[in-house]
Amino acid sequence: MSIAPEAFTFVRDLVRRESAIVLDAGKEYLVESRLTPLARHAGEGDVNAYVRSLQVRHDPVRSRQVVEALTTNETSWFRDADPFTALRTEVLPELAKARTNRQLRIWCAACSSGQEPYSVVMSALDTPAVAGWKLDVVATDLNEEVLQRARRGTYSQLEVNRGLPATTLVKHFTREGASWRISPAVSSAVTFRPLNLMRPFPPMGTFDVVFLRNVLIYFDLPTKRDILRRVRRVLSPDGYLFLGAAEMTMGVDDSWQRVPAGRSSVYRIRGEER
Amino acid sequence: MRALVVDDSRAMRRIVARILTDLGYEVAEAGDGQQALEVLASGAKPDLACIDWNMPVMDGLTLVVKVRENPQWRDVTLMMVTTESEHSQIVRALAAGAHEYLIKPFTPDSLRDKLDLLGLLPSAVAS
Repeated sequence: MSIAPEAFTFVRDLVRRESAIVLDAGKEYLVESRLTPLARHAGEGDVNAYVRSLQVRHDPVRSRQVVEALTTNETSWFRDADPFTALRTEVLPELAKARTNRQLRIWCAACSSGQEPYSVVMSALDTPAVAGWKLDVVATDLNEEVLQRARRGTYSQLEVNRGLPATTLVKHFTREGASWRISPAVSSAVTFRPLNLMRPFPPMGTFDVVFLRNVLIYFDLPTKRDILRRVRRVLSPDGYLFLGAAEMTMGVDDSWQRVPAGRSSVYRIRGEER
Repeated sequence: MRALVVDDSRAMRRIVARILTDLGYEVAEAGDGQQALEVLASGAKPDLACIDWNMPVMDGLTLVVKVRENPQWRDVTLMMVTTESEHSQIVRALAAGAHEYLIKPFTPDSLRDKLDLLGLLPSAVAS
């Protein structure tokens, strides 16, 4: 399914009216990927049906959710720098002590256009404790179009401006016309594949770290609980889960323990649940 | 927090100053590198200087070198804010002592992101 032109126009006008942010033509993939969870949450079959319901009946709450989904979550590199600092200074060094096979597997469960998994790899490459280790990052998203963009690994000037330190930019990217391309040393560690969090996960093996940031917020409580339960099964018993800053497991799935890590928090499976 | 915005375009100075003011900064302005040095020499102690590259009288790269040469100003964080976007130029600016590099055009969010990376977001707005 892809978003219908009239639905895109409606959403574009709504976002422009409410936030002054302009969604250019070509941002259809963004609208679709951001609104799909909202559509599900609202019980609509797909994004087009969801947008139609908004057109038929003005709903200020839903309208605000649409605008927020398309504006506040703009993907940036090292988004909220703290989790990546925690990854570099605490999580990876701890895992380095616990693993003898010099391999790490990390899952980015809502990777959008690739900034998060690539940021994870760049963080690992800058962590002396895991220097030379084999890194296997699996990056998944619902939307095949954003995955294709992520696989290309090229980003506009505006995109590399978002949260990417200049030292990292010159170290891991090369200019390619008006864009910047991520280096093969980074991209070769990432495998992109489509995955719908609402459905049973395909066989993926076990991960040392799972990034599940800013995606649970779109689901209702039973769905959140179910996703966290299934994440527990693919996370190694001493592994780490990263959620978004506004998300928590408390009251959703109490098998998790919140652990401070730097200025951020990570979640670990409680001892008795391992 | 205090910032010095160095750009020969008055309009650009206003844009950057506005974003910084909204984040809680007190902002001073300078129209070229030489003026910026004068502001600094007058005793201003900004936490941050946002510096354009191409300016008359003294360009931004020269300003970065001059500021880094003076130990009195070692606490000033220097960020280039410029249309110059070649890989080699960014490397040059960082080697000269710039801490960050923001390429024009940019959005208020991307400036904010850079301040976050630098640990220079005033605590009232830091997420």
